[in-house]
Amino acid sequence: MSGLRQRGVALYNWFERRLGLGTPIVEAVEHEVPENTSSWWYVFGSAATVLLGLQVMTGILLALVYSPSASNAWNSLQFLDHNVKLGWFLRAMHGWGSDFMIAIVLIHMAQVFIFGAYKFPRELTWIIGVFLLLLTLGMAFTGQVLRFDQDAYWGLGIGASIMSRVPLIGGWLVDMMLGGPIIAGPTLTRFFALHVFVIPGILLGMVGLHLWMVLRLGINDWPMPGRIVRKSTYVREYHELTTRTGIPFVPDAAWKDAIFAAAIMLSVIACALFFGPFGPTGQPDPTIIQTAPKPDFAFLWIYAVLAYLPPSLETPVMFIAPVLGIGAMLLLPLVAGEGEKHWSRRPVAVLMLAVIAVTLGVFTRLGTYTPWSPIMEAWTSDPIPLAYLHDRTPLERQGAIVLQDKQCRNCHSIGGAGGLRGPALDAIAARMTEDQMVRQVLQGGGNMPAYGNALNPSETTALVRFLTTLRGNDLSPATDASRHLALSSETPGTPTPPRAP
Amino acid sequence: MDTIEQNSQDVQPVRTEPESVRSAKHSRRAFLFKLSLLVNGAVGAVMAVPIIGYLLGPAEKKDSSYDSWVTLGPLTDFPEGETRLVNYRNPVTTSWDGQTGDVPCWVRRVSGTTFQVFAINCAHLGCPVRWFAQSKLFLCPCHGGAYYADGSRASGPPERGLFEYEHKVTGDTLMISAGKMPTLANQARNETPLLQIEGADSAKRLRAVEQPVPRCGSCQG
Repeated sequence: MSGLRQRGVALYNWFERRLGLGTPIVEAVEHEVPENTSSWWYVFGSAATVLLGLQVMTGILLALVYSPSASNAWNSLQFLDHNVKLGWFLRAMHGWGSDFMIAIVLIHMAQVFIFGAYKFPRELTWIIGVFLLLLTLGMAFTGQVLRFDQDAYWGLGIGASIMSRVPLIGGWLVDMMLGGPIIAGPTLTRFFALHVFVIPGILLGMVGLHLWMVLRLGINDWPMPGRIVRKSTYVREYHELTTRTGIPFVPDAAWKDAIFAAAIMLSVIACALFFGPFGPTGQPDPTIIQTAPKPDFAFLWIYAVLAYLPPSLETPVMFIAPVLGIGAMLLLPLVAGEGEKHWSRRPVAVLMLAVIAVTLGVFTRLGTYTPWSPIMEAWTSDPIPLAYLHDRTPLERQGAIVLQDKQCRNCHSIGGAGGLRGPALDAIAARMTEDQMVRQVLQGGGNMPAYGNALNPSETTALVRFLTTLRGNDLSPATDASRHLALSSETPGTPTPPRAP
Repeated sequence: MDTIEQNSQDVQPVRTEPESVRSAKHSRRAFLFKLSLLVNGAVGAVMAVPIIGYLLGPAEKKDSSYDSWVTLGPLTDFPEGETRLVNYRNPVTTSWDGQTGDVPCWVRRVSGTTFQVFAINCAHLGCPVRWFAQSKLFLCPCHGGAYYADGSRASGPPERGLFEYEHKVTGDTLMISAGKMPTLANQARNETPLLQIEGADSAKRLRAVEQPVPRCGSCQG
């Protein structure tokens, strides 16, 4: 046994004499860190790195089978899912790994922000971290394109349409993005090159820099209220803290990172097992237009924002907002490089984080059910609820048929079924008078198209008559205040309206 | 191991100091090194030309050079007053484009030989619009853009109406000029977005009524 051990040591020494890497690596992993950095809050960066490793590994394995050609990519994914042993599982791991990676990177960023870890001397570490976030999102978008299905195809269409709005060079950008006149073979190969070579290369290099700086500058010490970062004193204070309370990173602090990384890996495996791979959805055939394209989870909030921007503001916001947002993130450590780190002394930072998190959350939630989108198959679905047909005249019932036939429910719900783009119609007569409804139907307005050309007069009459019977739980019908006034002024003596509006 | 480490520690300072003394800036070696940098810079610049040319290749062609006349089918395929989905093979494709080389478009035969051919891509962000014959609207599933039968903007986020293909009737067939994905960059026309009749129009009319007609100051009478 001791002979074997000796031989092992000799072998190590043989390599070490030539490589010389062992000593610096051992020194690096055992370097002393302040005791207060051994925290469960400090595990996200390492978990993101481990996830990147998983993505690289599963990505290479998928590349063994995937065919980056527009005519075959979708088929090769089907082949992976159904014909290659455990191919579905590798696809699922890669897909879930990417979602987890984005989530962990965002959490890591929020933690660093709220702990003030971007302040001196770690400004550049943060700036590179911002690029790492952008690169991670770039990997997510290009990866979604490689899953060459309907969503990927129309997602490219959305990307090209956004590019086309750039002033002056928009057309040029679209050409560069698509690699040809339409979304086709050359488009997929460029995104393949980006996803497999270009972005991962930059990403790995920047992760290396990021880690190097963490080692060089030390892990951010746990913030304390009143312990203020000053460029003149911080390095000395950090050094003193490390000598006073230092513990070796491995093993004393790193075990938490290791446990968390293992938990995250297990979660990825569990999600992959239980939920399986993402798509591919329908074939990337643009002639199949029965589709409602949607981006992957990480981009749902952008999809929602694009639905809510007013047309005239959309292009400026599309290009100015990202510049401002990314610029603010990059400049943050340069502007606020000193001062308080503790969250209890940085209310604006806490508020900002809360507002950003809630905003992203709300828009993402909206993106999951797209209330702005017409429900394209609504007219074939549920009929008008029976309760709404009771005690109606034949004309009113005819109106219910018009409502069904003219696909009003693509945008309006009635009895809980239908689109959310327009208001629900169950109590419409309590809010609009007959005249207002006729005007709204024929001329449109707000967000509603005009139906003057799509309805003949009898259809309009029937439809509006039906709508006037929809008063929810017997609410009082809407009245035209001016009409009432006109009537009362014509016949003096009639009582004034009983209720103030 | 120890010997190597010690050696290197011993050697390094010895090596570096005299070198910095020896390598005066005007020495032949320093000049040759600078020259080599210059040569490599020149080689790099020469190499960059084809690389950048290759990269920019897709953007160099003029938009119109992709377009050519594509047959959509005999006129009998398009009943008057109806709007139908027609697929065509894009005139510019690679052999590995597969299904992505097929492009759909909406053909509206107004009457006789009066046609309108709309791109499938919504003018907002390029999603596929669908025609609803009953409500006489094109609706977009992505962000809810809506267009009237003639392609003009009805509501929602699009700034303008649907993109239209140039078309012609040759003999008995309908042809369109196609080849490039229509986007705002290559289709942008100065088209004022349709104003909703309700607010904007009546407000404008009111303002027009209220404002006195500007008088000609220099005119007599």
